[in-house]
Amino acid sequence: MTRGGIDSTQQDFSKHQDFSTHQDLPKTADLVVVGAGVVGAAAAWFATLAGLRVVVVDRGAIAGGTSGAGEGNVLVSDKEPGPELELARYSRQVWGEDLGPYGERWEFERKGGLVVASTPAALGALRTLAERQRARGVVVREVSGAELPALEPRLTREAAGGALYPQDAQVQPMLAAAHLLRLARQRGAVVRTGTEVVGFLGPGGRTGSPATSRGGRTGAPAPAGRADAGAPGGRDAGAPGGRDAGAPVTGVRTPHGTVSAPAVLNAAGTWAGAVAGLAGVELPVLPRRGFVLVTEPLPPATVRHKVYAADYVDAVASSDAELQASPVVEGTGGGTVLIGSTRERVGFDRRPSPAAVRALARGAIGLFPMLASVRAMRVYAGFRPYCPDHLPVIGPDPRAPGLWHACGHEGAGIGLAAGTGKLIAQALTGEATDLDLTPFAPERFEEGGADESRGE
Amino acid sequence: MSHAGSEERTGPSPYRLTFDGTTVTARPGQSVGAALVAAGIVAWRTTRRAGGPRGLFCGIGVCFDCLITVDGRPGQRACLVPARDGMRLSTEGDREGEGGDGD
Amino acid sequence: MGTDLPTYDVAVVGAGPAGLAAAVGAAEAGLDVVLIDAGRLPGGQYWRHDEHSRPPRHQHGRLFTRLRARLRHQRHLGRLHYLPGHQVWLIDRPRPDSGPFTLRLNGPYETAPVERDLVRAGALVLCCGAYDRQLPVPGWELPGVMAAGGVQALLKGHRAVAGRRAVVAGTGPFLLPVATGLAQAGVRVLAVCEANPAHGWLRHLDGAVRAPAKSAEAVRYAALLARHRIPYRTRTTVTEILGEDRVRAVRLDGGEVLEADLVALGWGFTPALELPLMVGAATRRDLDGSLVVAVDARQRTTVPDVLAAGETAGVGGAALAVAEGRLAALSLAAAHGLPVDPRAVRRLRTAIRHGRAFAAALHRTYPVPDGWTERLTERTVVCRCEEVTYGELCRARTELGAEDPRTMKLLARPGMGWCQGRICGFAVAAVTASLTGRPATAEDLRPLSARPFAAPVTLGELAELGDDADEES
Repeated sequence: MTRGGIDSTQQDFSKHQDFSTHQDLPKTADLVVVGAGVVGAAAAWFATLAGLRVVVVDRGAIAGGTSGAGEGNVLVSDKEPGPELELARYSRQVWGEDLGPYGERWEFERKGGLVVASTPAALGALRTLAERQRARGVVVREVSGAELPALEPRLTREAAGGALYPQDAQVQPMLAAAHLLRLARQRGAVVRTGTEVVGFLGPGGRTGSPATSRGGRTGAPAPAGRADAGAPGGRDAGAPGGRDAGAPVTGVRTPHGTVSAPAVLNAAGTWAGAVAGLAGVELPVLPRRGFVLVTEPLPPATVRHKVYAADYVDAVASSDAELQASPVVEGTGGGTVLIGSTRERVGFDRRPSPAAVRALARGAIGLFPMLASVRAMRVYAGFRPYCPDHLPVIGPDPRAPGLWHACGHEGAGIGLAAGTGKLIAQALTGEATDLDLTPFAPERFEEGGADESRGE
Repeated sequence: MSHAGSEERTGPSPYRLTFDGTTVTARPGQSVGAALVAAGIVAWRTTRRAGGPRGLFCGIGVCFDCLITVDGRPGQRACLVPARDGMRLSTEGDREGEGGDGD
Repeated sequence: MGTDLPTYDVAVVGAGPAGLAAAVGAAEAGLDVVLIDAGRLPGGQYWRHDEHSRPPRHQHGRLFTRLRARLRHQRHLGRLHYLPGHQVWLIDRPRPDSGPFTLRLNGPYETAPVERDLVRAGALVLCCGAYDRQLPVPGWELPGVMAAGGVQALLKGHRAVAGRRAVVAGTGPFLLPVATGLAQAGVRVLAVCEANPAHGWLRHLDGAVRAPAKSAEAVRYAALLARHRIPYRTRTTVTEILGEDRVRAVRLDGGEVLEADLVALGWGFTPALELPLMVGAATRRDLDGSLVVAVDARQRTTVPDVLAAGETAGVGGAALAVAEGRLAALSLAAAHGLPVDPRAVRRLRTAIRHGRAFAAALHRTYPVPDGWTERLTERTVVCRCEEVTYGELCRARTELGAEDPRTMKLLARPGMGWCQGRICGFAVAAVTASLTGRPATAEDLRPLSARPFAAPVTLGELAELGDDADEES
């Protein structure tokens, strides 16, 4: 079984179809996607499939930013009933069906999620949540404390019970992004890394002048994971810079040339607020730091499901700046066990904090006592892009016609990417979208409010 | 069962260890990895992907190729663990016995 | 502060030539010193020995025995706390750029006795040493193929040999003591395969750089090679290692096959940089292509109160390392307002200048040969831990767009296994750069040199990580 999903049957893409900056950018496209992470890649794939000529640009590398530091969660279990759960269910279906034939490439695994409650009270709360989720179509099975060892033999025997969510799945996010882009390229999409969007084109090809805009550059911290990549605050979205707010967007400007396009999709993950700022619109996407601890490789099936403690849902929904940690433990194809997940609002500081590492280790041992003697190999930090209402931003921005957004998915971006990409492609091509995008409207943070009139 | 060559001198009496049940001798101060290669055993781990044999490579604790189970504790670097009399060494790769009595 | 745990003036990490000199020098100058070393005995890789053999006589042996005696004396006086058998797995500084560093320690193996698991110090001297640099070659994952330094460590530290018929290959003068050491232990050494036209070594010695000790050493090795009838074959490279479940033979670039059961490989050295990178020290690419820590004329790194000496600051051998360690000690003493003899500083700077020039000559004589990646085949293992082949790296480049080592790591997994890129990091950087049609840079090397934990640590230990306030009950 090949691991890494690298497709040995694929032909060599020779120099004509390379990624790098020294290749010419096409002058025009139907869609420019800003961001070569998993959200941008999924949008590029579905848009290409729908017949659009797509150019993907990223100032860094493939999946080098938000996606490259994720865990690969494709979860329905951790969502409260509401728009995000609807999107999660839809996206899970897209991962499994539309993208199912390619699942092996990105280690798509229907492993199921097991939520564990430590006390009878927590179990009661979990049951209530499960009931509400079930009413929204989530498949969930209650598990008694006595049943847990059969499902997860190394789980603590202290647990009161849990809930099994068979729909929960996992992907390797960097491979998902890279292979979706590969598939899109096979159908004619162009991908350019090392190509930073420094401004948008306006009507008649007029360029904005973001150079004058304070903090409006997308070039905040380099996403490449240097340990020392401490960085200035990433978001300074509000500065309208040289563009008039509300001016249409007709393409992008990069140091390597411009691309004219009727639609530009902002899929810049944690840095999406800065990209929006280049178009003179404000998008309150903020970074929330999460650490993931990686163990040494363990024998297969040491941890069988995505296992987490029932309090994870609370931490996910929280707005507190303080360090929050609730353990999420899962095995990977490579044998390592991934342990998440902390959430802190601390700006762009990647340095591992002893407190966060300790919290992860304690939480993981609480769930799986045998992990106490297992060694950690590394810990990495990622930045989860979130909006104040913890919902993503998906759809056209009426404040800057031609600009679209697919960002702000917080810690769920990998899971929500497939559905987001498909919905964006549907909306771009004028099809009816499978889900109502109103709850994700970009302008919902403006004063006066959210679900105003939206163009079909 | 050869040992180092010319520098050999009479020293403390050797330790007796077992490797997957076979007796191996070691001198005080030797690592278990050194004892194994001196006994002609060059591999004691199987890789996860290709199933290939591995033993000492860097010899100084850097490469982790020489992982071995020592007295039931898996994942020890054979090049760093000093040999002790009565030690039980076993092929790396099976954590199932963990928490139990081992063998 | 605030607890009974003392804060040392300085923690020296590593008790090889640089660390010993720094620790002894700092203690003699009047500082409170803790010296932490993973080895059971002082000396590091250069001066490796074991309790049951005589102290090393060869390279700078007297230098070592004198330093060891001074170490004993300073310990006896209570000025130097020596922690052998302790590895540092994490350093943090609760108040960035000021206040003490916190060093977390554990043992090199699970049951190792650990005297202290936490040390605080106001300054650091990082002397973390180096290990053999490796270039992948088909078959190098077979048992019986070892790093040259590993073969040497077995001989010097454990009095064991790993075979009967050996080939020693790669580049650099270090291949010589390995080959002669094996021969003296009774191993038949079939050849020393030196990839470069290495007579340049002696020529460089006769040139601008005066290093009489090194010349004498070269002559001694030449005599030993002759006595043991070891062919020293220059411009010769092992292109393939043959065998099924262990090495049986090597193929040389001329096509010749030598039957051997032990192959020792070394292509210069790679400094261990996880601790300097952890504290944020700036690095640079040295003349030999390795990433090293940037230091100033006082051995200071770019991080306040962090100094580096020895191979950490550039591979250059034991004598240079000792001079750097001494200078680091004097720098710290001066920073503490203690009297320092300016003549001593001048002498050390001169010695360091000469040592660096000599090291530069060696680096120029024994470079990693251009085009070494051409020997790699589709199935050659590049990352030994995750068993990632050259073919997989090529496909991650062409199909998935991995243009830099970090992306390569994320998409094809080299450097993601147990050793975290310690062995394959240099090669992965070089391969990725070559596949992208550019030379490797320091930027390419960094992602595979930084590691969040400098040594293995269990989750149980991580769970016990204390805040500085509630430490050490």
